[in-house]
Amino acid sequence: MGKPDAAVVRDALGVGVAVGLSGFAFGVTSAGSGLTLAQTCALSLLVFTGASQFALVGALAVGGNPLTAAAGAFFLGVRNAFYGLRLSQLLALPRAVRPFAAQWVIDETTAVALAQPTRRGVRIGFTVTGLTLYVLWNLTTLLGALGAEAIGDTAAWGLDAAGPAVFLALLAPMLKSTTERTVAGVAVLLGLGLLPVLPAGVPVLVAALAAPLVLWAGGRRAGGAAPDGPAPADGAEGER
Amino acid sequence: MNVWIAIIATAVGCYAVKLAGLLVPAGALERPLVRRLAALLPVALLAALTAQQTFADGQALVVDARAAGVAAAAVALVLRAPFLVVVAAAVLVTAGVRALGG
Repeated sequence: MGKPDAAVVRDALGVGVAVGLSGFAFGVTSAGSGLTLAQTCALSLLVFTGASQFALVGALAVGGNPLTAAAGAFFLGVRNAFYGLRLSQLLALPRAVRPFAAQWVIDETTAVALAQPTRRGVRIGFTVTGLTLYVLWNLTTLLGALGAEAIGDTAAWGLDAAGPAVFLALLAPMLKSTTERTVAGVAVLLGLGLLPVLPAGVPVLVAALAAPLVLWAGGRRAGGAAPDGPAPADGAEGER
Repeated sequence: MNVWIAIIATAVGCYAVKLAGLLVPAGALERPLVRRLAALLPVALLAALTAQQTFADGQALVVDARAAGVAAAAVALVLRAPFLVVVAAAVLVTAGVRALGG
């Protein structure tokens, strides 16, 4: 037996509200990075995947080239394609509905949907989480941006630490095994080491190479055997 | 203008990958190596971004109040604090250290 609809809705609302409120941190960070109110709100409405949004405003704040900045944000968003793959089987949506559902394919909706035992539960979980999160995330983004404009110097309030703290909170649950920790370590070294010598935004892209590099090294050590066997990649890594 | 170009490029790219996941036949991206890489890519990017936004001042590396704030966030994460508490800890500690002249 599946669990009752009300229980699914309660789970979905819990995640949607908690994460939706953190749009406030994004609004403040974005406005503090020098983006206008319209630009900040456009990001939450159109991009709607938190890590990419934070990455983009961070890269723009240090004067990165717009396409380099967008590339970093894009690569962070690629994981959503794999969530979509999983959700597509579980939701079994008609093709005409998929373009509308796509915008909600993110860490949190995937985490809630995958946790449901029945198709009905998956659909309710996905929809309620998506709707709650979309409405709240955009609303709190607006409030955060307005608040940042009102208080002026966001750094004096420590708000420039919100961005890295969000990244760390997203990263922490992903560091499950030695492979992930090695990738993270190599990426930190590349990201910091190359910062003084490469144009703004580029070191992050180079640091992304830590992923194939560590996979390749791990594959060699395993003597050409398939690295790590079947990948446990279908959960929602960003669950929190 | 540059900022709008970046916003549009990011919006189009991020929407495209979300939609691709829902439209692409299941077999296409299911190869273990591809999935493994897709899972590790965010790890590398998030780690590099965390480090840079903590220690970068333009193109120089510095240790300032942000480092204390992010350390506080790390402690909050180890204590399994909720997401908002983690972010709040970073903000409050950074502001506190700055107020003390750090």
